[in-house]
Amino acid sequence: MSSHEDTYEPKGRVSKWMDERLPIARMMHGQFVDFPTPRNLNYLWTFGGILTFCLVVQIASGIVLAMHYIPAESMAFDSVQHIKRDVNYGWLIQPLHAVGASMFFIAVYIHIFRGLYYGSYKEPREVLWILGVLIFLVMMATGFLGYTLPWGQMSFWGVTVITNLFSSLDEVIPGLGTAVVTWLWGGYSVSGATLTRFFSLHYLLPFVLCGLVALHIWALHVAGQNNPTGLDIKTKSDSLPMSPYAVSKDLFALSVFIMLFAWFVFFAPDYLGHADNYIPANALVTPAHIVPEWYFLPFYAILRAIPSKLGGVIAMFGAIAVLAFVPWLDTSRVRSARYRPYFKWFFWLFAFTCLALGYLGSLPAEGIYVMWARIFTAYYFAFFLLVMPFLSLWETPTQMPGSISEAVLGKGSK
Amino acid sequence: MEGSLASDADEPTRRDFLTLAGPAFFAVGGAMTVWPFVHQMNPDAGALALASVEVDLAPVEEGQAITIMWRGKPVFIRHRTKKEIDEARDVKLTNLPDPQSDTARTKAGHEKWLVLVGICTHLGCIPKGQSLGDVKGDYEGWFCPCHGSHYDNSGRIRKGPAPRNLEVPPYQFQSDTQIKIG
Repeated sequence: MSSHEDTYEPKGRVSKWMDERLPIARMMHGQFVDFPTPRNLNYLWTFGGILTFCLVVQIASGIVLAMHYIPAESMAFDSVQHIKRDVNYGWLIQPLHAVGASMFFIAVYIHIFRGLYYGSYKEPREVLWILGVLIFLVMMATGFLGYTLPWGQMSFWGVTVITNLFSSLDEVIPGLGTAVVTWLWGGYSVSGATLTRFFSLHYLLPFVLCGLVALHIWALHVAGQNNPTGLDIKTKSDSLPMSPYAVSKDLFALSVFIMLFAWFVFFAPDYLGHADNYIPANALVTPAHIVPEWYFLPFYAILRAIPSKLGGVIAMFGAIAVLAFVPWLDTSRVRSARYRPYFKWFFWLFAFTCLALGYLGSLPAEGIYVMWARIFTAYYFAFFLLVMPFLSLWETPTQMPGSISEAVLGKGSK
Repeated sequence: MEGSLASDADEPTRRDFLTLAGPAFFAVGGAMTVWPFVHQMNPDAGALALASVEVDLAPVEEGQAITIMWRGKPVFIRHRTKKEIDEARDVKLTNLPDPQSDTARTKAGHEKWLVLVGICTHLGCIPKGQSLGDVKGDYEGWFCPCHGSHYDNSGRIRKGPAPRNLEVPPYQFQSDTQIKIG
């Protein structure tokens, strides 16, 4: 880990005794109190802490839900209603978990776009970034598995459609896709066997997330935080100790985030869900319009934009996989988009593209919507595969400040 | 080999044998241990036991369709009219994304009965077209509302993202009015 001043001073006999045997308090103090943070961090840098909070909320509320939920085909739907109506404070804890998933994704998307804008993926933070992509992937798997559990119509048909993506492997090796899908289902259709295994895996993956998050934070504390200028910390005046400076900023941002979270939980717990999921799963009736949860919509739009089944699946997974290669796709030596006059605009166009794909993903795949989805899908990939590698060949970065301190305090300061 | 030119160093030793056999044992044993944990996820004996079902076709009038469950999936059975059969036969195979003749999709002598797994070959939704009021798509067969696949009155894909025709399940006629699926 990066070397910095250690101000830890064990007080009292017990902490001194412990410090000589397992200096965990010293390590925590070094990493979360003394740790030098760039003095110019803006509020976009508070989402790491917010995301940690989200993971804790999901695990805590999820463990409670698992005490009352019954992962059986005939009882799953009713047991969720039972939690909402009969279990003490179930009316609070169930929406906390359901809304919490959405809040988690809102925070992670802001966090990812922050990284893309300020070049947080560039050397020496490649591994940190890739761990982040893995976390995003496991989060999506966890969210998808969890959405199955209420066993409503959208749960059931969402699982049917998404697991059927693997049947496209039949186009590579005939029979392989069908075998994989049957194996995932534990039958010839989505059934109770599918529900129980999804419940088991939904309970497992958050702990995998904890492990990945620990590695992500470790890698962050080796490389140090990026900042809006993209410059490294060079002198002591470029940084401030994490506590109380960054911590108090994090706590303020977290409070605002919790207000938004609470507003959804108390006043609009179903706003981010689908009415169809209040109809118990029925294997004989497909809802007229199947839509995934909002946080999957851009990827769903990419899936439907490609007119071939296998091609659509490859494009959808490719849209996530491409993120892992971003550290090497972007050839500019300047980290922050603040000093890249053209990249900045391509970035905002990319952000708009993701929102547009999300909107199109919620609409039926017909006529003009398909054409727009194709145009935006093309730009989605062009941003990574054309803009990132080639823009820096002719883009001249604007004048950068000499140091983080100079950016904050103006020239002449030391 | 006793007394030949080869020195002791060239002979495979007991240790060479063990360094090969050890990992080989480990790999085979590992695979054998993992397999039960993989295979437990495949359909269990209960799911396999439900693999066949008998259906009485006598009450199904010409032009009607019924849906029954087989292996947890809907099976569409349509009693086709003469006009529908003729239409299905007159289609040029070269116009089809997944070319298959209508006769290959029905049983000889029972061409009026069309039996299909009612699951869209795109992503597994159930196409509309069984009820009288349903949208049947551009080819008078079935229409999948999820991603817009159109099937004709032989259950063949005509338009949309689905790659294959609706699957014909294995079935036999036990009499003129009774079939066994599976």
